[in-house]
Amino acid sequence: MAEFEPKIVAFVCNWCTYAGADLTGTSRIKYASNVRIIRFPCTGRIDYMLLLKAFDEGADGIIVSGCHPNDCHYTSGNFHARRRWIMFRSLCDFTGINTERIKFSWVSAAEGAKWAAIVNATVTSIRELGPYTEYKKVAKYPEKEVTHG
Amino acid sequence: MVDLIKRAKELIETSVVKVLIGYEQGTANKTRALFVEKADDADRLIFDSRCVQNLAAYVTKKEVKEKGKMAIAATLPVMRSIIQLASEFQVNDNNLLVLGITPESKLIEFANLVEVETFVHKYEIEIDARNKEMLDKLEKMTQAERWKFWMDELSPCFKCYACRAACPMCYCSRCTVDFNQPQWIPVPSHELGNLEWHIMRAIHLTGRCIDCDACYNACPLSIPINLLTKKMLADAKEHFGAYQPSLKGDHLMSTYKPDDKENFIQ
Repeated sequence: MAEFEPKIVAFVCNWCTYAGADLTGTSRIKYASNVRIIRFPCTGRIDYMLLLKAFDEGADGIIVSGCHPNDCHYTSGNFHARRRWIMFRSLCDFTGINTERIKFSWVSAAEGAKWAAIVNATVTSIRELGPYTEYKKVAKYPEKEVTHG
Repeated sequence: MVDLIKRAKELIETSVVKVLIGYEQGTANKTRALFVEKADDADRLIFDSRCVQNLAAYVTKKEVKEKGKMAIAATLPVMRSIIQLASEFQVNDNNLLVLGITPESKLIEFANLVEVETFVHKYEIEIDARNKEMLDKLEKMTQAERWKFWMDELSPCFKCYACRAACPMCYCSRCTVDFNQPQWIPVPSHELGNLEWHIMRAIHLTGRCIDCDACYNACPLSIPINLLTKKMLADAKEHFGAYQPSLKGDHLMSTYKPDDKENFIQ
């Protein structure tokens, strides 16, 4: 059987991590291709519901990344986001969602190598954890249960 | 509560307030909300240990606000809710008069919300021992066990939104759960939508919930959904210091400190 290839969704901010990921590419650093990057104006815009939706749609892991503290393009977006992450992560953990599958990081526009390292590390750890069957099982409600007529 | 009935009659007769919100005897040995608009109706007012519904849920309702100035018979959790609502600009001194009922069942009339705030701040918000034990028990479980626990607990939920209706902080005219473009939360009574709904509810109440348990009391299936908000309250205390609703100052989740501590961001 072919090795399990995890699907990773990355929610990144436009100003730091997206530019950082771009630098990874222009520096020709090779990294795992399992990641689907979604660009946001700021980490402050990354709604926790979007993370849940990523799991619904079959993501095995999530990366959330933005500017380092004090580097936010909008001054305080990442500080607000950090508070939200602290509470959201703890709530996820409390409800039994596997928080090892959600990685948070700060990657600046100059840290192309760090981005590659984070993606590779995430892919490795998610590969060990295997597909997120727990969540996928409950997320598949339409095929199984909705009947028409 | 002879004092309350007497004061209610005076307030209504002198037209200081147009409506007074209190409790009356309901069916099946339960109490329900009473809206006193005529002095005679005040005789039906009661107050005892069964009065656990959070009446602050009504002060943001359009139908009640339209009547004119409101008075409310407020227990400690209701007073806390009112302070939180005032800090969110939902009520003010011009449209609400608070008749406080102290934990010792004494009636205090507050001249303004600042006095209510001073009174409320005398009491720390404490999670009761039984729920604290439950929180500890859950935290000791493994992640998979917790997942199973919540899947089992939440599976009977059919999203009647009684928890939302009972909550004084859920006053949005359009709730995220009602949106269908995009459909953030699946409608069917199913684990996924139930989980997402209760996570959403807990997050939206983070830093606002004053731990009155109205959601749990309102739940027809007695699902311990108040554990989620209690967990958020306990965490808020742990990470960001003591929590009390206050008229001035920032809300917990709409502010930040540059040195907020976490241990999971790489």
